Amino acid sequence: MSAVQTSSPTPDDTRRRGPLAEVFYSLLRSRTFLVGFAIVLFWVACALLGEHFAPYDPLADDIINALAPPSSEHWFGTDQIGRDVFSRVIVGSRDILTVAPLATLLATVAGTALGLLTGYFRGLVDDVVSRILEAFMAIPVVIVALLAIVALGTSKTTVIVVIGLSFAPIIARTVRSAVLAERELDYVAAAQLRHESALHTMFVEILPNVIPPILVETTVRLGYAIFAVATLSFMGFGIQPPSPDWGLSISNNYGMIGGGFWWTVLFDALAIASLVIGVNLAADGVHGALND
Amino acid sequence: MTNSAKAENALELTDLSVAYRVAGRNRAVLRNLSLTIGQGEAYGLVGESGCGKSTVALTVVRYLPRNGSITGGAISLDGQNVMKLDAEALRRARAESVSMVYQDPGKALNPSIRVGRQLTEIFELGGVSGRAATDRAIAMLNRVRISDPVSVMQRYPHQLSGGMQQRVAIAMALANDPSMLILDEPTTGLDATVEAEVLDLIAQLSQELSASILFISHNLAVVSNMCDRVGVLYAGMLVEEGPTEVVFNDPRHPYTVALLRCLPRGGQRKDQGRLDTIPGFLPGIEADIKGCAFADRCALADDRCRSELPPLYDLGGRLSRCFHHDKAQALPRATPSDVAPAPKPAAAPVLRVAGLNKTYASHGHALRAVKDVSLDLRPGETLGLVGESGSGKTTFARLLLGLVPPDDGGTIELEGKALAPRLENRSDDQIKAMQIVFQNPDSALNRSHSIRHLIGRALKRLAGLSGKALEARLNDLVRSVRLTDRHLAVKPRQLSGGLKQRVAIARAFAGDPRIVVCDEPTSALDVSVQAAILNLLADLQSKEDVSYIFISHDLAVVRYLSDNIAVLYLGRIMELGPSEDVFSGPHHPYTEALLSAVPKLDQTETARIRLDGEIPSATNPPSGCVFHTRCPRKIGPICEQQEPPLSEAQPGHSIRCHIPYAELARLQKAVVAEPA
Repeated sequence: MSAVQTSSPTPDDTRRRGPLAEVFYSLLRSRTFLVGFAIVLFWVACALLGEHFAPYDPLADDIINALAPPSSEHWFGTDQIGRDVFSRVIVGSRDILTVAPLATLLATVAGTALGLLTGYFRGLVDDVVSRILEAFMAIPVVIVALLAIVALGTSKTTVIVVIGLSFAPIIARTVRSAVLAERELDYVAAAQLRHESALHTMFVEILPNVIPPILVETTVRLGYAIFAVATLSFMGFGIQPPSPDWGLSISNNYGMIGGGFWWTVLFDALAIASLVIGVNLAADGVHGALND
Repeated sequence: MTNSAKAENALELTDLSVAYRVAGRNRAVLRNLSLTIGQGEAYGLVGESGCGKSTVALTVVRYLPRNGSITGGAISLDGQNVMKLDAEALRRARAESVSMVYQDPGKALNPSIRVGRQLTEIFELGGVSGRAATDRAIAMLNRVRISDPVSVMQRYPHQLSGGMQQRVAIAMALANDPSMLILDEPTTGLDATVEAEVLDLIAQLSQELSASILFISHNLAVVSNMCDRVGVLYAGMLVEEGPTEVVFNDPRHPYTVALLRCLPRGGQRKDQGRLDTIPGFLPGIEADIKGCAFADRCALADDRCRSELPPLYDLGGRLSRCFHHDKAQALPRATPSDVAPAPKPAAAPVLRVAGLNKTYASHGHALRAVKDVSLDLRPGETLGLVGESGSGKTTFARLLLGLVPPDDGGTIELEGKALAPRLENRSDDQIKAMQIVFQNPDSALNRSHSIRHLIGRALKRLAGLSGKALEARLNDLVRSVRLTDRHLAVKPRQLSGGLKQRVAIARAFAGDPRIVVCDEPTSALDVSVQAAILNLLADLQSKEDVSYIFISHDLAVVRYLSDNIAVLYLGRIMELGPSEDVFSGPHHPYTEALLSAVPKLDQTETARIRLDGEIPSATNPPSGCVFHTRCPRKIGPICEQQEPPLSEAQPGHSIRCHIPYAELARLQKAVVAEPA
């Protein structure tokens, strides 16, 4: 063997950032992402530390001061049994920020597994599983929730499972299409030529390459999950009293708007809206950074 | 802008410098480039990828990307200073006097607009409308030798083949009768037979029209056939320029000398010596170049070369930017030519294929991708597979590997044992004995994994190693493909194309294979890198006694590496025999046409056989001999009615043709003797 074949080659451009670092830097440059992320961060901080800086105990009633309008003492007024609305709004993010992300996580894990399975095996597996998922997607979440709650009783776990499973098919569809494209690449053939198991090929070879679309879909789904949790709580199928949850508070108080007690509802509604907007802005930013 | 007062030169670049802004700093891409193209002249610009060829093309019409800027010098197009044009004048210059044809016609044409509409639009911009524009468009398509222009006008670009698309792109470029035509790698993505047709067309048109041509290509042979003068570009600098034959036959810059030596030429074979290579890499655009840009890779370089920029020496009608231009051809080889003696091929074949067929169902039709292929491969030998795209080369390779199951009936035997048709049913020993190096390393190497993981995993699965033993073998393997430890930690995207292909080769060799399928392993690489990879494959073969099945559209490359050649057409073997016999002939008329289509650096060959049209659809192959529709030597109705057998013309050399071997010999000898 001739040793002087070529002078020692160097990696072309080792100073170039890795793909993840590149995404990270482009997120930092995205104003959309930063604004959305700041809003989300604010509500996460409220969920974690809200109790410490809320002026009142969000659950303590004070019948004498019931339905007091916003004032210097109660910035957002009080509700029908005199609880401080400001404190309730701050602490009210806690349940929704546990349930919605966990539901999204469940949807992502289940959806990714199903997407890998259908995209990798194609053929009969794909046909059968995809038809079942489509049937599932055709049923409205509320009806599934109703049935589940009748069967399992109301609890946070039920809400997580119901929302997680109804979002899973949507994520599965996105993952499947990404996997179908990856599967055509020669590295999958190379893995087969090493007799790698299907599990190894799916999870070690293909999965790392389809992370970007999964990440985008997950952040988008989180926005919808927050919305869905609030809706279910409003309808009484979600988070249960005495939690100061926003959707639940709106549900308890919306009858009062007619009497002019708008503050019992408005601030909770604004809180939900801001969180959904924040998540969606962040999702847009992630999408932009990954598709540059 | 009238033709009455033509400037002396169609294009003049004077001290042109272009920089791209990367990470906040200007990086020089073109450095003080000066060149002139006379009226009606065809000028070729050659160099490896990354040396600035395409930037020249973009700069001429100020089409630079947003981070690019012209940092100095002047561009004069037909006498007008392009730098001084305002937006409207620039638009008019682009519309009226310059046209460009790019590498990929599929991307240059709008996929959702009919070809006719795209073409008439250009005439309408010029003020011709309606019927007249349509007539002009038809005339233009006739001019680029499209035989059925009316029906082509009705089609969408995707309904045309690559060669037809490129003709349409050329027709569009010529529509406004430009004074300057810029061709940026116009035939790079095309088959050799189609490339030959397109090049013929360009050559004819350039004689009919007055247009001057700037022809950009990495393919030295193409440029030598097409251009009057040639400029060699290196790191954004012109290093040599002169009349084409003079530069290629008597180069005066070490870079040109080295480039020419990288090409397998004149029927060179692996047992006659290794190809020369160019050590090192093109300086990156962030490099700060003092002195000669090529000094780091040049064996002739001395201290002066490294500290002082050589001027462009005028050597009487030609230029060379080298202090040592007088002894450039004495450049020592970077790679010694000597080879280890080839092991004597054993008698027993390692691979035996008999009656292999593959039929796909395509819209209710049977598509016979591979038909009745039988061949043997002996240990340590290379079988070259050649043919146009669509001839079934890659499908055949995938059948062997078990990635696609063949039709029932055929057999594949590895070392005397029948292989299961499907990969899943083959034993671990069988799969590790047959591996592949894919064409495109970006697709073949998982971009999420490090090089260490990629090679390590192959060693674990194929060689069954782990722990210390794996580490040791990994280091050996990495060294045998001439990578270093520094490459192990990085991901594939951080490596150049040549280095990626070395990783792919290392992976294929992990389990000590008996056979490695190489599917166009060098087609995406520059010639200097290609030479290094071909040498590596030849070295590994003589060391490991491995057999190759080598697929390539580049016949010189196939010839360099192959002991035997199989010529495929529509999934059938048309000719099979020892490499030397197949190349020197007498050969099958299809082989003859393929060989004739290859652009050659040494312009000795005069006879030209051109194939008309495209390879027919495999769903509906022609009756009789499948090649009769394009065959230049068709003898009569027998060709249309009866499929000729693959009959042994000489020991070991079979041809599928009705013309007797002696007659083929006589016909083909006559062509070679005939002056054109």
